[in-house]
Amino acid sequence: MKTHVIVFPGSNCDRDVAVAIQNIIGSSPEMVWHKDSTINQSDLIVVPGGFSYGDYLRCGAMASTSPIMKSVIENANKGVPVMGICNGFQILIESGLLQGALMRNSSLSFICRDIIIKPTNTKTIFTNKSTISKMPIAHNEGNYFANSNQIKEIEDNDQIAFQYCDENGDINSHSNPNGSINNIAGVFNKSKNVLGMMPHPERAAESIHGCDDGRNIFESLLS
Amino acid sequence: MLAKIHITLKKDVLDPQGSVIANSLKSLGFDNVNDVRQGKFIELEINSNTKEEAEKQCNDMCEKLLANLVIEDYSVEIEN
Repeated sequence: MKTHVIVFPGSNCDRDVAVAIQNIIGSSPEMVWHKDSTINQSDLIVVPGGFSYGDYLRCGAMASTSPIMKSVIENANKGVPVMGICNGFQILIESGLLQGALMRNSSLSFICRDIIIKPTNTKTIFTNKSTISKMPIAHNEGNYFANSNQIKEIEDNDQIAFQYCDENGDINSHSNPNGSINNIAGVFNKSKNVLGMMPHPERAAESIHGCDDGRNIFESLLS
Repeated sequence: MLAKIHITLKKDVLDPQGSVIANSLKSLGFDNVNDVRQGKFIELEINSNTKEEAEKQCNDMCEKLLANLVIEDYSVEIEN
């Protein structure tokens, strides 16, 4: 598998996700600087977490105009799997590859803690091995919003990837860390080859992390 | 020309920062404050032959980058 990780000024999960890809998928990812303009051939592009461009204007807004994003969008439109984690999710939303918006957490606080998510659609390349999983979130702007028409469209097309839930898998307001509408933690594009999610599977990918539930997302990509 | 751009949250989008600001104003004694909505103000200098052309360009900038139309509305004012 040929894999790529995009690196922006301010990315800080690029190395973590590269290690997860190396250890689980067995591919040594090419690290692609945001000023590069092309990714010729790829089987997986990851837009990692961090604070690209210092979150100026809106999280992900500046990065979405970086030269490399044109190529990411072209690859996504050709069907190449593209995954955005945390700030990567914000960038994919700002670039128009995913619907909705990520607003400031309803608590107005940065949240860094473990949460539990449940896969909503397990028939995709990213989630075919997914189960209820624990992994960390670390964000200030993860409050997913879409208006009622967009939510209906996303639901009707099975585009919700993950929802925050409790240990029993119940999706309720107590298990919603950031105010996301319908507890949405991650979404797909219409053709399900683009995934954006706020939780960090790469930070729960081996036993030394204290939890390796995040592996199932990378393992799904292998099958 | 000088463009003054206001970006505000759409009416159906909750603004928790606005609510906190409203509460703080009330605690300072401004009891008659009912609602606060926080937004962004962007000022930019632009070379353009006509006000119309400058406004059109600013609208384009808002739609492509300055505003997120899923959650925000914008308004553009051009001064000579």
